[in-house]
Amino acid sequence: MSRRSRAGGSRQLRTSLTKPTLQSLDYSVLQQCMHCGMCLPTCPTYAKTGRERHSPRGRIALMRAVADGELPLSRTFADEMNYCLGCLACTSACPAGVDYATLFETARAAAEAEKVLATPRRSFIRWLTMRFLFTRPRVLRAVGRLLWAYQASGAQAAVRRFRLTRLLPRRLRELEPLTPAIRRHFSPQLIAPVERSAAGFARHRVLVLTGCMQDLMFSEINRATVDVLLANGCEVHTPPVQDCCGSLHAHNGDQATARLLARRQLDAINVDDFDAIISNAGGCGSHLRHYDHLLADDPAYAARAAAWSRKLRDIHQWLVEIGFRPPTSGPASAHGRITYHESCHLCHGQKVSQPPREILRALPGLELAECAESSWCCGSAGIYNLTQPETAGWLLDRKLRNLRATGATTVATANPGCHLQIENGLRATGAGEVAVVHPIVLLAEAYRRERPVPPRADSPRPA
Amino acid sequence: MITQLQAALGAGHVLTSAEDLAVYAYDGTAALKQRPRAVVFPGTAAEVAAVVKLAREHRVPLVARGSGTGLSGGSVPVPGAVVVCLNRLDRVYELDARNLTLLVGAGVLTQTVFDTAEAANLFYPPDPGSMRISTIGGNVAENSGGLRGLKYGVTRDYVMGLEVVLADGSLCWLGSKCVKDVAGYNLRDLFIGSEGTLGLITQVLLKLLPKPAARQTLLATFADMEAAADTVSAIIAARIIPCTLEFLDRKTLQCVEAFAHVGLPLDAEAVLLIETDGHPAAVADEMAQIERLCTAQRATSVQRAATAAEAARLATARRSAFSALARLRPTTILEDATVPRSQLARMVRFVGELAAKHRLEIATFGHFGDGNLHPTFLTDERNPEEMHRVEAALQELFAFALSLGGTITGEHGVGLAKKAFLKQQLGDDSYALLKTIKRSLDPEGLLNPGKILD
Repeated sequence: MSRRSRAGGSRQLRTSLTKPTLQSLDYSVLQQCMHCGMCLPTCPTYAKTGRERHSPRGRIALMRAVADGELPLSRTFADEMNYCLGCLACTSACPAGVDYATLFETARAAAEAEKVLATPRRSFIRWLTMRFLFTRPRVLRAVGRLLWAYQASGAQAAVRRFRLTRLLPRRLRELEPLTPAIRRHFSPQLIAPVERSAAGFARHRVLVLTGCMQDLMFSEINRATVDVLLANGCEVHTPPVQDCCGSLHAHNGDQATARLLARRQLDAINVDDFDAIISNAGGCGSHLRHYDHLLADDPAYAARAAAWSRKLRDIHQWLVEIGFRPPTSGPASAHGRITYHESCHLCHGQKVSQPPREILRALPGLELAECAESSWCCGSAGIYNLTQPETAGWLLDRKLRNLRATGATTVATANPGCHLQIENGLRATGAGEVAVVHPIVLLAEAYRRERPVPPRADSPRPA
Repeated sequence: MITQLQAALGAGHVLTSAEDLAVYAYDGTAALKQRPRAVVFPGTAAEVAAVVKLAREHRVPLVARGSGTGLSGGSVPVPGAVVVCLNRLDRVYELDARNLTLLVGAGVLTQTVFDTAEAANLFYPPDPGSMRISTIGGNVAENSGGLRGLKYGVTRDYVMGLEVVLADGSLCWLGSKCVKDVAGYNLRDLFIGSEGTLGLITQVLLKLLPKPAARQTLLATFADMEAAADTVSAIIAARIIPCTLEFLDRKTLQCVEAFAHVGLPLDAEAVLLIETDGHPAAVADEMAQIERLCTAQRATSVQRAATAAEAARLATARRSAFSALARLRPTTILEDATVPRSQLARMVRFVGELAAKHRLEIATFGHFGDGNLHPTFLTDERNPEEMHRVEAALQELFAFALSLGGTITGEHGVGLAKKAFLKQQLGDDSYALLKTIKRSLDPEGLLNPGKILD
């Protein structure tokens, strides 16, 4: 529990004094499931195992049994909640409107609070990542910078060529190839805090969230996001230092830190100044959108959180809402057949399914081919590919098969986790020539290709 | 016994932990729950037989299960029972396009049966609301119906043969690929709809039809229930048998729209979803006639689905009605008291009166075309006082349906939920005959005891 106050808010890191439990949940949320079973065919873990326990209906039954005191909150229960992907496909299928996201997050938080899975090593890793690194954006960037140096200097290549990874413990050795390529420039080097298009007049004022992992691995996506917003009449504000949104924490049983990070965001950003708060990462956006639920019981923040949730938009959703200008040229890097993999949190968590397709369809020179099971999770699911590699691998294989069947040379996806997972999978199966790209990057390229880039006010880059 | 089961099936296919048992305590029926002793997953018919023999040896009751989506408690365990989950029997064995048959394991999903047929330009008509997850074995054991029942009949009409494990562990094949076959008693039909009380079905031979060349869907809205009911009568009187003739009342409509967002009108008192299929000329003709009849019966709007995709979305929306109603109250008790079509309007009016009399919320939807209504009681299982009123109302509902020459269950089965009313419907002699058959096939009473009859 840190006692340092944070700049811009002077709030203490307040951990919740009440332990999260299933018993304290509003019972109607648990009771809403009438065990009809419509969720079963959409659940990846049920599809893999055929066991009721690994289905949303089964998991809710377990949660209800724990809440009713019929079952103890055991190791088995905690393992089961970690086996769930959290992909929320069940919420799209559920006719009764069960709020599985809340159930799932509460169950994981309750399991962590009971410490049924705690070991010193696990507790340390959780502290180091969720409580330390991901609450300190500057430290995270510094670590990213070090990793970039390791990669850019050739050291990583040497380590791999000489198989020095053999020296690592087995788990790390397996994960090493998945290390993302850190970018040379992070978002603040590419994007000025305020950018306006040369045309001067802006119809909307928006704020772009740059994310924490995306900032390091895919900063060009953030740049592209700003570009397309500028091209569509928006004045864009991009704070150079941004906190992690907290989805990692909410999805992994650390609700206290999730709330802390949400409060920081609300302290740092005055929602009323903007027409929309833009997220371009499916997973993060899903959590960001529900800040109103997260802080509903905090009288000091509830109203601001509600306003935030009302203004939160996924980039594709926003562009369609304001009526984006279809480009007259196609993107330079992609042509022919393209297919779209839906980030589970974007289509199930945020219910944004058509807008990315609309954008892809508006790109000249590209033919959008639908992928079978396009809304099935690719196995990334936050950090699921790290915690449940076997099932994540099974899902990835299934996704790659479906993608291959479309014959597309480019795969579009709007979430960094999916992006990495699919890219790694394509490379590992010898299909590395298939490119993975964010739809907004393609749109930005298309706009750029139309005409020379006009000099922009406040841009840090040379015109 | 558990050790022997593990030896027979492999330890991984026998579940005994508290967490595993808790999730097999229910099926799709509201307010019924009973933890089993163990859950087993046999992978072949031989393994099913082995399980039955072991159960017999130890005198342990068995409850069969597919995906557990039944609506009468057929798969809810009885105390001390072992649940036999058949979802591993999921092979599609043979699609015989020349004989128009499809042989599948009992664990194959009904949607898979439909898709497999469709890929060969053939058609498996029965489409219960749960078809995306229910297994064909479960459908056969319950003789499930569906939206297409009016024109195409029910599951029974498509079962040409089945393989079943009997109470003594013997494996029987009943039926054949022949269109006509009268060798011996019609035992195959005995097992259809037997709800796991006479044997465990392990394989099913299904009859397929040629795929209809054309299909059209229409949505008609009405300002009152009577007009909708009269339209149904008028359509049948005009000698048109549509493929589906589904009905949704206002409450149901609003819940379904909240979930499915397919553009259902929220202010209509009653909506009819009508589909015709067949030869394109016949479809066009029937549709035109149906439109005229709807308008003549004071429909407030009549609209055709523009594309196949839109029609599919409407059908999916209708199939989600039961679950969507949970948006209003958490416990939805779905009934399927069925009456002859001519008595539909009376039945609908009675349900309204019943709701008022017992101060209950009842939403009604269902298969208007074949008289199979689904009055759904919206309640809360945690409110014992209200549940008592529901019980009282149910008694009256069934009594009234029977008085109109109807049945207590059109398609969901008797299971646990309607056991109490069966004798009333069948009469003493017929009921006694049921017991004779049960005693003869399962003398020790180990197969799903306490379901259908005591």
